[in-house]
Amino acid sequence: MQSGSLNAIDLAIKYGFLALMVGLIAYFGVMAEGFLSPHSAVFILQSVAITGILALGVTATLVVGGFDLSIGAVATSSLMLSAYAMVVWQLDAASAVALCLAMGLLVGLVNGILIVKMKVPDLLATLGMMFLLVGLQRIPTEGRSISTGMSLPDGTTASGVFSEGFLMLGRHRLDFILPNLVPLSVVFLVLIAIGVWVFLELTRHGRLMYAIGSNAKAAGLAGANVNGYKIAAYMISGTLASFGGVLLAARLGRGDVASGNNLLLDSVAAALIGFAVLGASKPNAFGTAIGALFVGILLQGLTMMNAPYYTQDFIKGGVLVIALVFTFALSGRGGRARG
Amino acid sequence: MSDQAIRLAGLCKAFGRNQVLRGVDLDLSGGQVTVLMGANGAGKSTLVKILCGVHAADSGSVTLAGQPFKPETPSEALRAGIVTVHQNINDGVVPDLDVASNLLLDGLASGGGVFLNGRKMRARAREIAAAVGLTIDVSRPVAGLSLADRQLVSIARAMAHQPRLLILDEPTSSLSAAEASRLFDLIDSLRARGVAILYISHRMSDIRRLADRIVSMRDGRISGVFEGPELDYSGAVRAMLGHEITEVDITIPQPGLPVLEVRDLVLRPGARPFSLTCHANEVVAITGLVGAGKSEFAAVLFGTGEAVSGEVRLDGKPHRPASPRAAIDAGVFLSPKDRPVNAVVADFDILRNLTLPFLRRHSTAQFVRGASELATTRRMISEMGVVCQSPTDGIGTLSGGNQQKVMVARWMAEASRLLLLDEPFQGVDIQARRDIGHKIRETAATRATIVFVAELDEALEIADRVLVMSEHSIVGEHRNENIDVSAIMAQVVDASLPSAAGQ
Repeated sequence: MQSGSLNAIDLAIKYGFLALMVGLIAYFGVMAEGFLSPHSAVFILQSVAITGILALGVTATLVVGGFDLSIGAVATSSLMLSAYAMVVWQLDAASAVALCLAMGLLVGLVNGILIVKMKVPDLLATLGMMFLLVGLQRIPTEGRSISTGMSLPDGTTASGVFSEGFLMLGRHRLDFILPNLVPLSVVFLVLIAIGVWVFLELTRHGRLMYAIGSNAKAAGLAGANVNGYKIAAYMISGTLASFGGVLLAARLGRGDVASGNNLLLDSVAAALIGFAVLGASKPNAFGTAIGALFVGILLQGLTMMNAPYYTQDFIKGGVLVIALVFTFALSGRGGRARG
Repeated sequence: MSDQAIRLAGLCKAFGRNQVLRGVDLDLSGGQVTVLMGANGAGKSTLVKILCGVHAADSGSVTLAGQPFKPETPSEALRAGIVTVHQNINDGVVPDLDVASNLLLDGLASGGGVFLNGRKMRARAREIAAAVGLTIDVSRPVAGLSLADRQLVSIARAMAHQPRLLILDEPTSSLSAAEASRLFDLIDSLRARGVAILYISHRMSDIRRLADRIVSMRDGRISGVFEGPELDYSGAVRAMLGHEITEVDITIPQPGLPVLEVRDLVLRPGARPFSLTCHANEVVAITGLVGAGKSEFAAVLFGTGEAVSGEVRLDGKPHRPASPRAAIDAGVFLSPKDRPVNAVVADFDILRNLTLPFLRRHSTAQFVRGASELATTRRMISEMGVVCQSPTDGIGTLSGGNQQKVMVARWMAEASRLLLLDEPFQGVDIQARRDIGHKIRETAATRATIVFVAELDEALEIADRVLVMSEHSIVGEHRNENIDVSAIMAQVVDASLPSAAGQ
């Protein structure tokens, strides 16, 4: 970071991705009418709120040198659980949310124990958990979506409803500059992003987690509770993913079995793109938030320019590959051993 | 086979500023077992890596059967007949494949054809296995074999290449006595077939059983060659450890109260129990060959290992830490050996590396106070004389010596009751070694200090008292004053002889 030694490559590594994002905004601003309006900005933020929250959870596991493939499944399980809790069990909003967060925390704990105590490799453990949850969430309703008035396997009819308070989480908009502008979910994203950033960058726990990700053995010999922090990272990831699922349920207003298919890939992409932001070459909360935003801007711009929906995954993949090149090839440091 | 299977002349190799080989001349003849001895960092493994094509020498030449030999890749060395069996047995085999595939792996990697003929492969594999006396079902997966059988598989695989030179790096380190003796029989038969064998080991029992010749290495040079009908084992160890005493004046201070008391500690089953006491204001060096049990003793004190029996007391209270954290909280700090693996956090800068164990003291309500960290780092950088541009330099930008200063500084930044330093001079240049040693002595007054070193010089440079460790027990104690170096040497070597003879 010495100012004297900044050459073109250093500049490219450090600011390349932000420059690309500014360029993208300028391009869409010119090409797509209405792209630079507050409503468009809010729409982008809303579209990235849930993936952003999941991505921040993945970031915590990446920091300790792990990976969590189960986040998408945790989010959809949480979506189904909250719907089931309110529609079938007729719980109130607060209990339903608490139940979902507890479920996410528990899944994270189990993931962590599988990885740390049972020595299952992280990718495999969380992949297994992903399949388990994808199956489990469909069993109570025999594979059907949950909504008020559905008939249950035992022949009765579900009479509970999504409470107003719960739906507000996903649908309420706050007055900001314009009336009814900022959705509550965007506020949650910003708060969680700040919270994760503060935790990782400013607290000693975050510091130790980064040390564990870089050299777990050295961190352990320096007195860090390596296993404890690894488990904690998966618990953070599971809890944030379940909160993402709650927001999704509140936005949809029903327990839809088919939604959330893209959550895993989008949020992993956001976290990995975050490696490239400001040349960090490591998982970081700010980069993850920017990464999520970047994907959102790209997709919104393309949509407004009438690019067909089926090109979106291709473009996301391209962006991810470019970001990884920024991180690993250009910085020449090799970054971390794995993403 | 020519008589001089392989000849090395003037081999030099440096990694950055670290000169590892300083002109190695060595002839290895067919039909002879040459044992290579050398302490950590003497250059053995670099020498082996040059021979097997992993590294290229900076200067000097290797001649193989009269032809110049400069392998650029390991497979080129292999084709030329230089075969290496590595210390880590699992480096030599693919556990998930069956024995036959493992034996024919090199052919698979470089050979022609696309499809595999299972029956032909197994027949060929059985031939190869029989050549080394390995009688197992070749269709079994390697993962199901014992370590000794895996090693035979990797040797058998090597033998399929008609080697001129077979290099074995500490091959018996994980074998039982019976398995080792099977390996020795195999080596005998290879020797009879005219293969030159370079055998790297510190185990006296292996050396006595096999050696036709012992070559000692020290500081990147051959420091002694011993051959003839009566091999001079003590001479070889002496040449490996060296005994030039560096001009460091140790004034032994008055020791304070006992800090660490060890009573009848048994480090592993069958080891002799030992006792020792370390006082405040005292620097004790524990020296001994690689594998003598020094790190195991450090592990017991630091909560990463457990003793079989015995008692450890710290300031009179029982000391049995369950984890490094518990040891640190009790005031026992360990700067571990093998810096890149056990100590350096490569992604961090100097400051973050330095404050890692004591973040709690630099934090208020879990938040790290940058100013407090910076003040400590600045103080330690100037006290230790770390050469750097700023406390936020990446740790990887520093030289080995400066990195090690940071790692030692990490544990000197806070007051300890007992400071353990395992090989603190590993991979460190002479100036940094002096600086670190000086600092350790200068700050020793308030604590007990134990330094674990394989090199006797280093022990004599730093310690008030030198303890000799062998076979996981303390076998000698010497006050570092008009010290009788040859007496220490005798203990380092001879203590390992009786039990070796007993095998």
